[in-house]
Amino acid sequence: MDSSAPPKRQLVVPGDLIETQGLKPGEGTYTEGGKVYASQLGIRAEHEGYVDVIPFGGRYIPRPDDEVVGQVVDIGPSHWLIDIASPYPAPLHATESPWRVEFGETSRFLDVGDAVIVKVFNVDETKRVQVTMREQGLHRLTGGQIVEISHSKVPRIIGKGGSMISMIKQYTKTQAFVGQNGRVWIDGEVGDIVNAVRAIHMIDEHAQALGLTEAVQAFLEGIYGKRGA
Amino acid sequence: MSNEVIAELMREHIVKLVQSGRRGDGRGLEETRKLTIEKNYISTAEGSARVKLGDTDVLVGVKISTGTPYPDTPNSGVLTTSVELIPMASPTFESGPPRPEAIELARVVDRGIRETKTVDMEKLVITPGVKVWVLFIDIHALDYDGNLFDAASYGTLAALSCAKLPGKMTGGADQPLPVDHWPVSVTAAKIRDKIVFDPQLEEERIADARLTVATDENGDIRAMQKGLSGSFSYDEVRYVISTARRLGNGVRGIIKA
Amino acid sequence: MEDIEHIGKKIQLVDGNGRRLDGRALDELRPIKIEAGVLKRADGSAYVEWGGNRVLAAVYGPREAHPRHLQHPSRALVQCRYNMAPFSVSDRKRPGPDRRSVEISKVTSEAFSAVVFTEQFPRTSVDIFIEVLQADAGTRCAGITAASVALADAGIPMRDLVVSCASGKIAGQVALDLDKEEDNFGDADCPMAIVPRTGEVVLLQMDGHLTEDEFDRAMKFSMKAGMQIYELQKDALRRRYAVRALAEEPADTGVTQ
Repeated sequence: MDSSAPPKRQLVVPGDLIETQGLKPGEGTYTEGGKVYASQLGIRAEHEGYVDVIPFGGRYIPRPDDEVVGQVVDIGPSHWLIDIASPYPAPLHATESPWRVEFGETSRFLDVGDAVIVKVFNVDETKRVQVTMREQGLHRLTGGQIVEISHSKVPRIIGKGGSMISMIKQYTKTQAFVGQNGRVWIDGEVGDIVNAVRAIHMIDEHAQALGLTEAVQAFLEGIYGKRGA
Repeated sequence: MSNEVIAELMREHIVKLVQSGRRGDGRGLEETRKLTIEKNYISTAEGSARVKLGDTDVLVGVKISTGTPYPDTPNSGVLTTSVELIPMASPTFESGPPRPEAIELARVVDRGIRETKTVDMEKLVITPGVKVWVLFIDIHALDYDGNLFDAASYGTLAALSCAKLPGKMTGGADQPLPVDHWPVSVTAAKIRDKIVFDPQLEEERIADARLTVATDENGDIRAMQKGLSGSFSYDEVRYVISTARRLGNGVRGIIKA
Repeated sequence: MEDIEHIGKKIQLVDGNGRRLDGRALDELRPIKIEAGVLKRADGSAYVEWGGNRVLAAVYGPREAHPRHLQHPSRALVQCRYNMAPFSVSDRKRPGPDRRSVEISKVTSEAFSAVVFTEQFPRTSVDIFIEVLQADAGTRCAGITAASVALADAGIPMRDLVVSCASGKIAGQVALDLDKEEDNFGDADCPMAIVPRTGEVVLLQMDGHLTEDEFDRAMKFSMKAGMQIYELQKDALRRRYAVRALAEEPADTGVTQ
C-alpha cells in the first residue's frame, strides 16, 4: 500500500488540505492558490474522477429532479408554500398541481399542515426553488409518520439499488418513501412504524466501522425473526 | 414563540401511538425521561444547577447580595425570578424582551418557591427595614425538548439547595441558604383522552391541555398550573395529582442528593 | 464588592521568577477544553471551558433571514448574538444586551463573515449564538473559538476555522491570555482572531498602552497559542464524529425504493 496516499476514508475539517492525486475538486471543497481544501466537516471520498468531502451536517440544498417530502406552511390564492427542509419554503403553483384549481380555491385541495411528496423542478441562480406535484408518484401523504434524518445519510438509508430501505420495509411490512431532503415517510401498523423508525435512526447515528447492514438486519431479525423468501 | 407548523399526519401519528399506550421515544404514558442534575455548576453564582431532563437542558443560577427591603415588607428578603428562553435553545425562540411563555414560567417557578415558603423570606432579614438578603433566580433555557416547567423548577430547587449566603457581605462566614420545603412539580399533557407525563417537544406541540402539579415531602399539594386551551375532567385532575405525587417522590430524591 | 479588598494592597501580577498569580509563565495558556455537538435543537454547537470561562455556542442556518429587510439578494448574512448570562459574573448582570455585548456581537459577526462562503446561500442568514455562562476575562476569545467549532458542526461551508486569543501587558511585561485579575490591573489587553491556515487577522481590538515592539511580541504570543487552540478545535470535531464515520462506499443516490 502506498504510504503517501491519503487514507480512503479520511475525516477532514474546513481548511484541511485535500490531496487530489489528479482528481478534480468536487463537493465540499474549494480551491485557492492552485490547492484544494475542505470547506465542510466530513469524509474525504472519491467518485467518478472527483474528490469530494461528504459532509456530516449542513442544510439540504435542493437540486432539480430531487423528490422530497414537504409540508404546506402557507397558502395563497394560486399557490401553496411548501417547507422542504431547506432555508426557504418552495412555492407550488396551482398550475403545477394535479388538479384544476380555481383562483382562491387552493385550500380546497391542500391545506396548511398537509404533508406531500413533490419534485424540485427549478432552481434559479439566486437559489430560488420551485416544486411540482404533477408527475407520477407525487401526491399528498396521509397517515403514517415522518422522520427527519441528516440529508447526507439518504444514500445509506436507501442502500445500493434500494437494498437497505427494502430490507426495512420487508421486515416491518411498512410502506416508506425516502425524500432526498432527509425526510422519510413510513406507514403501517403503529408498532411496526416504531421499529422501522428505530432502524432508520440506527443508520443515521451509528453509520460506523463495518457491518452496518448486518447490524440493522440483526436488529430487525431480533424482532421479527428471519424473513421469508 | 413563533409557530412551527406541525404536519397533520404527525399529529395523528402521535395520537395513535398514545392511544396504544406508547410514546415516540418508547416510554410508557406515566414514564418520565432521564433526569441528571449537576449542582454548583457555575462558580460565579452563589448557587447553581444544570438540569437535563431528556434532551431539555436548563441552567439555573442564584445570585445573592444584600440590599434594602421593599418599603411595604420591611421584614422580608427580596426574591426575583426571571427566565430567559435564549434563541439557541430553539428555532422558535427569538431574542428580545420576555414573551408571555417566559413570564408565565418565571411566575409559576417563583410562586413555587415563595408561596410554599421553600425559602422563608422572613429568614432573610439582616436588619429589619434596613438590610436584607436579595436573591435573584435566573433560569436559562439552553436546549428545549419539551417540559420546561419541570426542568426549570428542578433546577431552581437544586440551585437553592446548594446556595450560600455570602459571608463577606455581613462580615461573617458563608451560611447555607435555609431551604425548608421540597416541592417538586410534575407536568402532564392531555392528548385527546389520554394523559402523558413529562411531555416531550412533539407531544407538547399537539397537546390539548397541560397540567403541572407540585407536591411536597408530605404528599400535600403546593402549586398547580393548567395551560393550553383544552380542559381536564375532575377525575383526570385527581389522577394527575396522585401520579404527580408518586413521580415527584422519585425526583425529590435526585434533587436532594 | 470584592475590588475593595485590593485597594491599597499592591498585587504582584508577576513574581521574580516570571510566574503569574496562577502559576503560569508569561507565554502560557490557561487550560482549555472543547466539546462539539452538545445541543439537540441547534444545527451545530460547541462548549468551551477556558480557565474560569464557560461558554456555549450554537449555530442555526442557513435559514430565513430575520428581519426580512436585512436579507441580501446574493449572499447569506452572518449574524452573531453574544450574551452574558446574569449569573456569569460576580455582580449580577441584568438580562438583555448591553452596549458591550452589542459591540462584541458586531465584531464577531464580521470575523466570521470573512470565512463563511456566504455566496452559496443568498437571502439567508447564518445565526450564531454565544452564551457566556461563567466569565473570567477573555470571553469573546472563548466565544469565537467555540462558535467556529459550532459552525463546522453545523456543516456551514467555510474557508477555515477561526481561532481567537488575547495577549496583553501586566506589570510591564507582555503576557498571553490574561485572566480576570490581570485584565483588571494590567496595562493592556489585545484580543485577536485569525484564520489559522493563512494567518489573516479577522478581529483585532486593543485597549491600554503598548509600544510597537510590545504589540509585535503580544501578537507572536497570540499567534503561537492560536495554533495550539486550532488543534484543540479540530480534535473536538474529530472526537465528535469519529464514531459516526462512514466506512463503506456511499450507495448510489438513485430513488429506487
